[in-house]
Amino acid sequence: MVIRWLIKPKMYQDSVKLMKLSAELRKQDGVKQASVIMATEMNKSTLQDIGMLVPEVAAANADDLAIIVAADTEEQAQKAVELAEKLLNRAEVQQGETKQQFPKTLRSAVEALPGANLALISVPGTYAAAEALKALNLGLNVHLFSDNVTLEDEVRLKQIGTKKGLLVMGPDCGTAIIDGVPLAFANVVARGKIGIVGASGTGIQEATVLIERLGGGISHAIGTGGRDLLDEVGGQMMLLGIELLEEDPSTEVILLISKPAGPRTANKILDRVKQCKKPVVVNLLKGDLNTIKSAGVVGAATIEDAAYKAVALANGEEAVAIPENYWGDYSKQIAVLESQLRPNQRYIRGLFTGGTLADEAMVILSDIVGDIFSNIPLKPELKLPSARKSHKHTIVDLGDDEFTRGRPHPMIDPLPRNERLMQEYADPEVGVILCDVVTGYGSHADPAGELARAVARARDAYPSNNPAVIAFVCGTEADPQPLSEQVKALEKEGIFVLPSNAEAARAAGRIIKLHESRRV
Amino acid sequence: MTLSRDLINGPVKVVNVGLESFAHDLTSLGVANIHVEWRPPANGDPHLVRLLALIEENIDVINTANQKAINRLLEAQPKLIDVKLAGEVIPGFEGNMILHSGPPITWSKMCGPMRGAVIGALIYEGLADNAEQAEKLAASGEIKFAPCHEYSAVGPMSGIISASMPVFVVENEAAGNRAYSNFNEGLGKVLRFGANSPEIIERLRWIRDVLAPALRNAILACGGVDLKTLTAKALQMGDECHNRNLAATSLLTRTLMPALVKTCPPNKLEEVASFLAKNDHFYLNISMAACKAILDAAHGIPGSTLVTAMARNGVEFGIRVSGLGNEWFTAPAPYVKGLYFPGYNDEDANPDLGDSAITETCGLGGFAMAAAPAIVQFVGGTPQDALNYTLEMYNITLTSNPAYTIPNLGFRPTPTGIDVLKVVETGINPIINTGIAHREAGVGQIGAGLVRAPMECFVAALHRLAETIS
Repeated sequence: MVIRWLIKPKMYQDSVKLMKLSAELRKQDGVKQASVIMATEMNKSTLQDIGMLVPEVAAANADDLAIIVAADTEEQAQKAVELAEKLLNRAEVQQGETKQQFPKTLRSAVEALPGANLALISVPGTYAAAEALKALNLGLNVHLFSDNVTLEDEVRLKQIGTKKGLLVMGPDCGTAIIDGVPLAFANVVARGKIGIVGASGTGIQEATVLIERLGGGISHAIGTGGRDLLDEVGGQMMLLGIELLEEDPSTEVILLISKPAGPRTANKILDRVKQCKKPVVVNLLKGDLNTIKSAGVVGAATIEDAAYKAVALANGEEAVAIPENYWGDYSKQIAVLESQLRPNQRYIRGLFTGGTLADEAMVILSDIVGDIFSNIPLKPELKLPSARKSHKHTIVDLGDDEFTRGRPHPMIDPLPRNERLMQEYADPEVGVILCDVVTGYGSHADPAGELARAVARARDAYPSNNPAVIAFVCGTEADPQPLSEQVKALEKEGIFVLPSNAEAARAAGRIIKLHESRRV
Repeated sequence: MTLSRDLINGPVKVVNVGLESFAHDLTSLGVANIHVEWRPPANGDPHLVRLLALIEENIDVINTANQKAINRLLEAQPKLIDVKLAGEVIPGFEGNMILHSGPPITWSKMCGPMRGAVIGALIYEGLADNAEQAEKLAASGEIKFAPCHEYSAVGPMSGIISASMPVFVVENEAAGNRAYSNFNEGLGKVLRFGANSPEIIERLRWIRDVLAPALRNAILACGGVDLKTLTAKALQMGDECHNRNLAATSLLTRTLMPALVKTCPPNKLEEVASFLAKNDHFYLNISMAACKAILDAAHGIPGSTLVTAMARNGVEFGIRVSGLGNEWFTAPAPYVKGLYFPGYNDEDANPDLGDSAITETCGLGGFAMAAAPAIVQFVGGTPQDALNYTLEMYNITLTSNPAYTIPNLGFRPTPTGIDVLKVVETGINPIINTGIAHREAGVGQIGAGLVRAPMECFVAALHRLAETIS
């Protein structure tokens, strides 16, 4: 047995507090006896009785505080002494005993939550960079949900983060899942072997949801913010994310969800991926898959394709493209919906709340029906003159800055899409309306119900127009808005619900294609 | 690299800054989190936001300096070791010198109570026979006025200390530095409130000739009095050691009494004991000297943003900062909000006065108000308010002091060490418990209440800090 002690000269503490503290120490591993006392004559004689009166404590004065621990090993004794020091510095507030005030600053919050390791920042953009810098300086990883942070600030924050070995997820990082914890806008998905690093919020959400639907699970999903792959930023957080997942024992396959990258950065990332010890799938929406393939890396053109390949790799299978009709044969439903269209109902209108979901739909649909106009077009010449007015085949991202300035995101506030839906319904040339429904933490409490009611109102207002309404629910059963209930609400209103965003886009394209062929 | 790995390995512990719903989501998931009641820093003043951001770039240097300052503050061991005359013990004290409270001020600008006290001191020193002569002398330029704080001293209210006034000598045994404070004369018509009539002078002489030697002998006989322990005990007995010193005075008296009985001339013992028994605030000046000894040890560390003094001269409120040398950062002294004794109202009040805010600077007084629920009756408010004032102050301090704990807060250590950056960032002004002086000399204390240190002082210090950094 080893005895360790520490004397804190002239530190007066209440005896009740010290008795509780001593009891706490005795519960520690290997601790046989522990006393935290004021070194009064009476206390010293008690120590003598139990054989713990070391000479130094015997020499201490009544106004000195003494910590004495007897334990099996030196390390255990030393640890208990250190714990005592820490506990001396802590309040013993009983929950509910006093009204606890919220801390007013990051710094005070960190003091109040020892061991804090992540700052989730969603303050207005003007102040966001300053708060993020404070968090980094306090040794916290950062999830920067705020947007309107300058590129210059982003570069600086990520440089500091890289130097300190801290993650800077964002700015404008909508989602992350770390160690099973959904952060900001995120779905509750099964845990598993696939780790994601993504530059797109809804891209990550869709990938995690589809991976679960395909029987896989997520270890971590790290967001980087949409600009991480610009050459100015240099992919710093994607590189750090890859490194973390490469070392993380729970991750077996890595999925990268990219955005169009700067040429230097794209090369850097691909070089890194080639050296990665774990299999990597790279999704590059709107990008050139050939560069990925020529680098010898598994590429995926859509989030659906990426999720499928990642799950295959995690199951020890080969990463091949998702088979046709994998989710089912929807020919019958497609024929029925097409048969209800008048001849001139020939356009698709996609009303999306998720930017990457809109991108994916455009990539798929342009292969089937040709040019798609948009506020976030695949090609500059397809840019809508006004985002508020559709033209021919149109897909709008209602979450784009133009729509969200000064008002909540459409994932939280369904009103903008409800209004736009009415506008599209009124257009006699519209044959298909394509929508995403994003659930999970952060989202509206019942987005499917909102969409279903909007469709019912539009149908009442324009009974002669009867476009097909097609939707995909980016959500899971464990979300606060359970998937089955969301799907039921949509189907009750005659909305055709598909199991993936890609499949929903394909169904929309097939209806229009079929309709075209029958008109000829 | 280890830091982001710690996050990935979990468990995730989140500080949420912004949308409160994110924190609610995490709570419903059972994830450890804390929500920050965030407001735009510095009340959104864009210039200050920029300055704070600039300073944040160098925060590592500041953090290191502050840690050093905090260590000195927490390690300090103030001990009451002696009583001597100011002129013989305060280093640099000159014969024609009069120390006053607060930042520097000239005779012509002094407030009523301070002028009255200066007149009293000159008469007491035998430099003038009456008020008229004293005023002439004070205005002549022959008297050297200086802040107590610049001579390791502190004094409540007008804080007047002249050469032959006895002072307590407090030594910080950890760093070896000393601090000094004058004697508390009691309430009512007293010198520190500007009274200077013959009976006041008479009492000062009694203090010098009877009380001071008696206490000196007692202090020496018991080997000094450990003030850290005494203050800690007093906090647990309902004092905050600024505006309430009932327990501390009793403890001090109890500690000294056995020695006093032995060392005091028998024919003076009753006078001395009665004086101590009748003055609930006797410990205040000693508490202040202890705080001064602690904070002076933490002063002068380049880069540190720790406030080492808050003091008022009745015209201006000033602060000093550890890393900014001996410069004062001042603003007009505010008026105290509080309750008045019968017969007085806010028209009678002098602006905030005295060095006693050194207690708040050291984590006592208003910062430890939760320890002294009884005092809220005096300043108007509920015991809950007392708790909330203390809780609020944790947002602007660099640390908390485990030597001083608050029973009402589960023995939580008191918020200690005001940080210029935190004050400006949060827009939370330090809270001070204080007495209210009558604006005219010699009337005395007319009430008590609360006052907030003016933000301008901290903003001025922040500007200087930014200059020293760039």
